[in-house]
Order: sequence, then C-alpha cells, then structure tokens
Amino acid sequence: MSAGPLPVEQQLNPLSDIDFADLEKSLLRPRTLMSGLLSALVAAMTILALIPLFSVVWMLVWRGGHKLSALCFTQLPPAPLEQGGGFGNAIVGTLIIVILATLISVPVGVLSAVFLEGSDPRNKLAQAVRFAAKVLTGFPSILAGVFAYGVIVLATGGYSAIAGAIAVSILMLPTILLTAEDAIRMVPAKMKEAAIGMGATSTQVTWMVSLPTAMPGILTGVMLAIARGAGETAPLLFTALFSNYWPMRHGHLNLMQPTASLAVLIYNFAGMPFQNQVELAWAAALVLVLLVLVTNLIGQSLSNRQVQ
Amino acid sequence: MSPEAQISQPPSRWQLLTDVAFRRLCVVFSWLSVLLVAFIVLRIAFAAAPAAAQYGFGFLTGTTWDANKGQYAILPEIWGTLYSSLLALFFGTAFGVAAAVFLSEGYLASFAFAVLKIFHVEFHRIWGKIPQQAENLLRNLIELLAAIPSVVYGLWGLFVVIPLIRPACNWLHLKMGWVPIFGTDLSGPGMLPAAIVLSIMVLPTITAISRDALTAVPPKLRMAAYGLGATRWETILAVILPTAARGIFGGVVLAFGRALGETMALAMLVGNANQISVSLFSPANTLAALLANNFPEARPKDVTVLMYAALVLLGITLVVNMIGAVILQRASGDLEGGKA
Repeated sequence: MSAGPLPVEQQLNPLSDIDFADLEKSLLRPRTLMSGLLSALVAAMTILALIPLFSVVWMLVWRGGHKLSALCFTQLPPAPLEQGGGFGNAIVGTLIIVILATLISVPVGVLSAVFLEGSDPRNKLAQAVRFAAKVLTGFPSILAGVFAYGVIVLATGGYSAIAGAIAVSILMLPTILLTAEDAIRMVPAKMKEAAIGMGATSTQVTWMVSLPTAMPGILTGVMLAIARGAGETAPLLFTALFSNYWPMRHGHLNLMQPTASLAVLIYNFAGMPFQNQVELAWAAALVLVLLVLVTNLIGQSLSNRQVQ
Repeated sequence: MSPEAQISQPPSRWQLLTDVAFRRLCVVFSWLSVLLVAFIVLRIAFAAAPAAAQYGFGFLTGTTWDANKGQYAILPEIWGTLYSSLLALFFGTAFGVAAAVFLSEGYLASFAFAVLKIFHVEFHRIWGKIPQQAENLLRNLIELLAAIPSVVYGLWGLFVVIPLIRPACNWLHLKMGWVPIFGTDLSGPGMLPAAIVLSIMVLPTITAISRDALTAVPPKLRMAAYGLGATRWETILAVILPTAARGIFGGVVLAFGRALGETMALAMLVGNANQISVSLFSPANTLAALLANNFPEARPKDVTVLMYAALVLLGITLVVNMIGAVILQRASGDLEGGKA
C-alpha cells in the first residue's frame, strides 16, 4: 500500500501537520512554574548576597566621608576625649609595612615560580614548593602573626615594623608565587625555543623572554597580594603593634619600633566609647578600602591587558 | 661569516657561569619557601611544647581560662570556632551556590539581551556588548566582597549588623525562648552577628569555586536533559548540580578552612566570652579571637599556652584545607574523565 502524493501545501511546508498551539508551554503548568519560581529565588538570593557590599560602601562613604579631611592625613591619632586628630602616622606605617613585605615576598615568590616553571613536574622539590604554597594559601592570618612574634619579636626584644612586614609577607607569598608561575607558564613555548635556538642560556631566556612577556601577569599577582597585605590586621596586632607617633626616632625613619597601621587603628578605635575615635575609624576604613580597591583594580586591568 | 652565525652564538663562559648561579639561586629560594612552612609549623610546635607537656590533653577538654589561677583550657574556644564556622558555612553555602547558579546560567546576560531586544538594538555595535559586560560586572562585584579587609567587616558588623538584627533577635528570644538556639537575648556582640558577617566573607570563595565547577559540566549533558524535555530547573537539580557536586563540596570545605582561621571580624563581633552555649545570641569566643585578644599583653608564661592554642588552630585548619584540596583535585579529575 503506497501513500498517495502529498497535498501541495504539505509538500511546500513539511511542518504543516504539527499543531503549534499544542507545543506551547503554559507558564502556569506546575513544572514550568516551579522552574520560573526557582529562577526568581536564585536571582533574589544573588541580589541579597550583594546587599552587604553596597551597605559597606554606603556606610564608608557616608560616615567615613563625613569625617575625612586633609587633617586626617597629617595629624596624629587623638587621645581619649580629645577632639580632632587624624591618622597620618597609620597611613605611613601601612605603606612602610606593605612595601617591606613586598620587597621580601616578591623575590622569593617570583624566583620560586621560575624554578617551578623550569622544573619537571615530578621533581620532589617542585612538588614540595607547590604543596607549601597551597598550605600558605589557606593559612590563618593570625598564625603568621604568632610565628613572627615567636621568631622576630621575642628575638629582637620588641615590637617593630620589620616583624609586621615579615608576618604580612608570609601571607602575600602564595598569591605572588602561584600567579607568577601561571603567568610564566603562559609564555608561548615558541618564543623560548627561538631564544634557545639562538644559543641563549636558560637564565637569558628567563630574563629576556619569559619574565618580560609574563610581566603583566606577575604584576597582577603582586598587586592582588599587596591589596590583601594592606588590609591584614591580625598579623600586625602583636608584631607591629600600634603607636600614636610617627615611625621616627631622632628625625630618622626607624623600623625597629612599634608602628601604627590603618588596620590596627580601625580595630582599636572601633571598640572605643568615644564618638571622635569611632568616626576616625570610619574615615580610616574609607582610606584603607580605597587603597585596597585601587590596587585591586590596577591588578585586574593589568591581567586584562595580558589576555589581549 | 654569514649574519646568522653572528646573531646566534654559543654562550660565553661568563654567561654559562651566571646561568648556573641563577639556577642555583632559584633552587635556594624555592627551598626557602618550603622551609618557611616547615619552620612555621616547627616554631609554633616547639614554643607550644612546654604547655603541651604541662596541660596535655586536658587543655582541649577543660572549660576554664584563668590566667591568675594558671588554669588554661580551650574547649569553649574550639566549640565557638566550629559553631561559628558551621553557621557561616550554612548561610554562605546557600547564598554562594545560588549566586554561582545565577552566574553560570547567564541569567543576567539573557535578561539584558531581552531588554535590548525590546529596543531592537540587541546586535548593535555598542549596546550589543551590554549583556556580557553586565555578567562580568556581577562576577567582579561578588569578588569585591572578598577584597574588603576583614577589620572593615568587623566595623560594619558592630555599627550596622548588630543594631539591625537586635530587635528581631530579642523578639525571637521573648516569643520562642524555650528553643535552645534562642535561649538568650542579644545584648551586643554575639554568635549570630559574627556568623552572618563570617558568611559574607566566605561567600566569594564558595561562589568562585562553585561557578568554576558548574561551568566545567560538559554542555552535552545539559543539551541531553533539555532534549528529553526537562525544564531548566529540572536540568539544574537533576543533572548539573549532581555532576558539579564534588567541585562545589571542595569549595565549601576550603571556605570552612577560611572561616576557621578568620580572626578580626570574629574578635570584634563574637563577644569574647569564655562559655559554651548553643544559643545563637549569646556571646562566645573562637581560637583565633582568643589569640588576637591575649597575645598583645601576654606574659612569657602565657605565651607558651597561647602557642599551644595556636598549634591546635593550625592543626584543625591544615587538616580541613588538605581535605578540601584533595576533593577539588579529584573533582577536576572526574570531569576530565567524563570528557574523554
């Protein structure tokens, strides 16, 4: 039994025997309704998760911006019940500690990354370095402070910017090491092989090809690490401690005395029952967050440049 | 000599020498980072040894911390650390995974696309980029949550979260005080505000890792589910989430490690009370907060005890982090196997 020739309109349009109204899903059918509701729930939860971010930023701008003035950057912290004052020494202290920490952690991190990139993945030392970096990534920041206290503060007999910087550098190291390794690994093998073909030693390849090409990626890691280090409070609490004065002695910069930092200032002033101190804590928090965010954004723009 | 021969030449002796020296230097610095970790662990362990010998295992099970009587034990702190971290993980996982699903499904991009379509500019040279940009912006905003220093979260918790939740908490205590978790009223710092702030701090970790796990699910699984007639959420719940489950779980365990070691927000919000209570509103203490509060004015005798507490914290976080890393490694191995 053979089918007769199809009607003309069905030959022209093979879909004409499908009832499209039957294919349409009503949004009110339980299955689709459930799907829509869950989508709405997830959207609502995502928005809810971002509310703290906006709340923090709003409070910083409102309460911190209210207090922030040029005096904040030049004055010393006020005594209880004293009006005015600022946190100039804390800004200087944070910068000193972060710069010192960067000077310690960048060479160690980048050179370890160069070693990791150049070595066999089965190399025992390479595995150990990677393991150490992973351990440090999840390392509680307070324990870096405990370590620096045990090693530096007890040995030198006092709280100092150096001890604080060493504690912070421990926390900066894994970020720098792991991002630098990734960045160096992304350098096209062709470029390195071309250099080797010209008779370059592996040191020359590293310095003249790998590191310059990977520089944006490495700097991203450094910037992210600095952003993290600048905001760390716990490792500074009992290493750099705090000070109401400039980090100077006899007119010279002194790194071996207790040093103020923005983060510790916020912690100390937040718990005080004085209005002036609390307002200064908010202003200091605004400065600290701006510092951290700007460093973060610079790092991210660098990494975008590498992708392009 | 041809020009090629002049450009490429064997390294000189000096270059070979610096090459060897530089490579040795790299090895030395690599050893430095390994030895650093070993040194940290050993230094804390040695400093804790006298206290460990004196107080032994009872240090972990006793409940009194009295420097004047020389009695030290950290059970309340261990309890507070675990309780606050688990609470934070509960909220953080719910919201973090929801945000990860929202990001990985591309809801915002399709919403922006639909809006652009109304104005017929969805493929416009400039407007057409908005969906992708909006998606990136949302991802960066969630990552920004991780960039805010924890001491700023502490400040925000003190002056925003506590006043905000206090009336509701006290109302709950008044009406439902017989439920153990509402057993006390919130008189200021306490477990719940600490856990809320902590959950905001661990959320970016959970979202980032979960999003990676969700986007790593092979698209053909999703297509197959859609082809069988599943709705979007039937696909997510029955196919995508189970496939990505191990990766998400690894992220949650790593976030647990973060929460255990988090110091400042807790030191400011948890109340530093040496007690064990299941009430969400009562003040408590955590190991990290104990260290932060007691180290600055510690006498040499106290230091060894605090080092012992630090060693306990180190042990707990190391174990949790390693479990998380192993789970994540296996999860990525699974998906690679699935692709083949």
